[in-house]
Amino acid sequence: MNFTMIDRRAVLGAGLATAGLLAMPTVLRAQDKSLKIGVYGGYFKKSFDENIFPEFTKATGIAVESIAEPTGEAWLVQLEQAARAGQAPADVSMMSQTSTLKGQSTELWTPIDEKRIKHYGDLLGHFINKYPDGRVAGIGAVAWYITLVTNTEAYPTAPESWAAFWDPANADKLGLLALVSNSFLLEVTAKTFFGGTNALDSEEGQIKAFEKLAEVKPNVRLWYRDEAQFEQALKSGEIPMGQYYHDVTGLAAADGQPVRSTFPKEGGIQDSGNWVVSRASEKADEAHVFIDYMSQPSIQGLMSRKVGTAPTLKKETLDLTPEEFAAVSSEIEPIIPRYDLYTSKSDWLNQKWTEMIAG
Amino acid sequence: MRREAPKSLADYAPLVFPGLMLIVFFVVPFSTMIAVSFFQRDPAGFYTVAFTLDNYGRFISLFFGRVLGFSLMLSVLVAICCVAIAFPFTYLLTKQSRKVQTVWLVVLLSVLSLSEVIIGFAWSTLFSRTAGITNLFVWLGLMNEPVALLPSFGAVLTGMVYQALPYTVLVLYPALVRLDPTLLEAARTLGSSPVRAFFNVVVPALRNTVVATVIMVFVFALGSYLLPQILGRPQHWTLSVLITDQAIYQSNMPFAAAMAVFLVLISLALVGLTLFAGRKENAL
Repeated sequence: MNFTMIDRRAVLGAGLATAGLLAMPTVLRAQDKSLKIGVYGGYFKKSFDENIFPEFTKATGIAVESIAEPTGEAWLVQLEQAARAGQAPADVSMMSQTSTLKGQSTELWTPIDEKRIKHYGDLLGHFINKYPDGRVAGIGAVAWYITLVTNTEAYPTAPESWAAFWDPANADKLGLLALVSNSFLLEVTAKTFFGGTNALDSEEGQIKAFEKLAEVKPNVRLWYRDEAQFEQALKSGEIPMGQYYHDVTGLAAADGQPVRSTFPKEGGIQDSGNWVVSRASEKADEAHVFIDYMSQPSIQGLMSRKVGTAPTLKKETLDLTPEEFAAVSSEIEPIIPRYDLYTSKSDWLNQKWTEMIAG
Repeated sequence: MRREAPKSLADYAPLVFPGLMLIVFFVVPFSTMIAVSFFQRDPAGFYTVAFTLDNYGRFISLFFGRVLGFSLMLSVLVAICCVAIAFPFTYLLTKQSRKVQTVWLVVLLSVLSLSEVIIGFAWSTLFSRTAGITNLFVWLGLMNEPVALLPSFGAVLTGMVYQALPYTVLVLYPALVRLDPTLLEAARTLGSSPVRAFFNVVVPALRNTVVATVIMVFVFALGSYLLPQILGRPQHWTLSVLITDQAIYQSNMPFAAAMAVFLVLISLALVGLTLFAGRKENAL
C-alpha cells in the first residue's frame, strides 16, 4: 500500500501512473449539478472513488468528476496558469500545505465561508488555513502521521522519545527521509531540544537546529527518498529504527511483520493536505456543500476506517472506537511542520540541509 | 570503396530524417534547458522569464565543486574498471566458437533489459547484512558474522560497473572480432607469449577503440542518479542526484537546468581533451 502525498510519490512511476489517470477522469453520474474534484493520484483517488464520492453524490445529488492531480507543485502551477485564463481544471483540489500557502500569494483560492461549514467549530485549529487577513483559504482534507518506528526484534521495548535518534548506541541504525521538506526533522529537533517549533522563527534558531541535527548523522544508515527502500529494510531488521508513516507501519504490523510505530512523547509529525477552491471556479456553492460534507464527523470516521487518514475534527465529536482512532492518530499533541518556512526560505533551507547531510 | 562528394541537393536527402530527429530530440530540448537555466526562479511558483546569472552563481561554491569532482571521479573510475574487465573478456570471447559467442551476447543483452531500479535493489539485497553474500562467507567459515557491505563507495562502484559492463562489451565486440588475426600470429612467430602479444599488439592496435569506449562509459555513468542513492551514503551522491532533487522536489527548474548545463559542458570539455590528446599522440 503506497499512499499519502506529493513528496512521497517517488520520482519513478509516478509520472506514468498519473499521466494515465489524468487521461481518464471518472464521471460518476451525469446530473444537473456537478463538481470537478482534484485528488492525489493513485491510492487516494482510488479510495475516494470507491468509498467517498458515491456517498457524496447519493447524499447531495451533486455528481463528482474526480481528477488525478500530478505530483509535486505541478498541479499548483497548472491551476494558477489556468486561473489566469479564467479556467478551472478542477473546482476543488486537494492541496499540500506549502502549495496552499504559495497559492495564497496570488489570491488563487476562493475564500471559504465558515458559516456554511456546519462543523467548522469542531475542526482542529491547524486544519484551517487562513489568508493573512483572516479569510479562510483551505480546510483540512486528509492528514497522516510520521512517527518513530522500530523493528521489534532489534528493539524489544519501544523508544519513548525522538531523542533516541541522537543516542550513540544507535550508531548506523537509522533510516530517515532525505529532504528537508518531507522529513520535517528540523521541527522534530526544535520540539525535542529547543522547546517547540517556535525555536525555528529566527535564522539563528534554524542554524542551531541544523547543528543539533548534524549530530544524528553518524547514526544514519539510509537517507531515503523512496519509502519502499526503507520499509523493506525496517521489516528485515537491516535498518531497525527510523521515521516512517504511522498507518503503513500499523498495517505491516497487522500483517505479522516485526515492526511498530510509536508516538514519541514530543508528538508524531502530522502532515496534511487542504481542500481549496480555485478562484476561476464558478461552482463555489457546490464546493461549499462538498467541503461541508467532508467535514462531518461521520465522514471523517469513514475516511479513517476506509482511507486510513487522521481525522480533522476533535476526537470527542467522532464515532471512532479507541482502536480505530489509535490506528490513524494519537491524542499526544502533534508536531506541526513549519510550512511557512518552506514557502519563504525553501532554497536556503534546502541548501543548508543538503550541505549538512552530504557534506 | 570510394565515396563521392554529394553534388546535387537530392544527394543530401538522406540526411534530412536524422537531421530532423536530432533537432527535435536534441537541439530543441537542450536549447530549452539552456534558456531555462538563465530564468528567474520564483519560489512561489515555477519560474519567470528573465536573464539572470544567479543560478550559475549559486552553483559556483566549494560544496558543488566537491560534488562535481566526485561525480567526475566516480564516472572515470567506472569507465576504467569497465574497460579493464570488458576488454580481456571480449578478447577471449572472440576466440570462442560462434555458438558460445552467441550465448554470451544474448546473456549480456538480457542484463541490459534490467532497469537501474532492479539492479540497485538486487545489489542492495546482495550487500545487506540480513540476506547478503556475507552470510554465504559465514557459512563457508570465512567470516565470523554477517556484515552490511552497504552503503559504501564500493557498493556504488560495483553497481555502476555492473550496469555499464554489457554496453562496454557490446561496443568493444565488433572491433575485436574484426581484429586481423595475422597480427597476433606474427607476434607469436617472433617469440612473444600470448599475454605479451595481447598487451603489446592487441591493446595498442585497438587504442582508439579503447579510448572511445572509455568516453562512452564515462558519459553513460555520469547520468546515473539512482544507484548512488540506493547503494551509497549522501557523500556518494552524484551531481545528477542533486539535479533530480532540485527539478522534482524543489521545483527549481532554473537551478537544475544550470547544473545540468554545467555538467554537460564539463563532460564535453573532458571528452574533447581526451580526443585532442589522442590525436596529438597519433600524429607523433
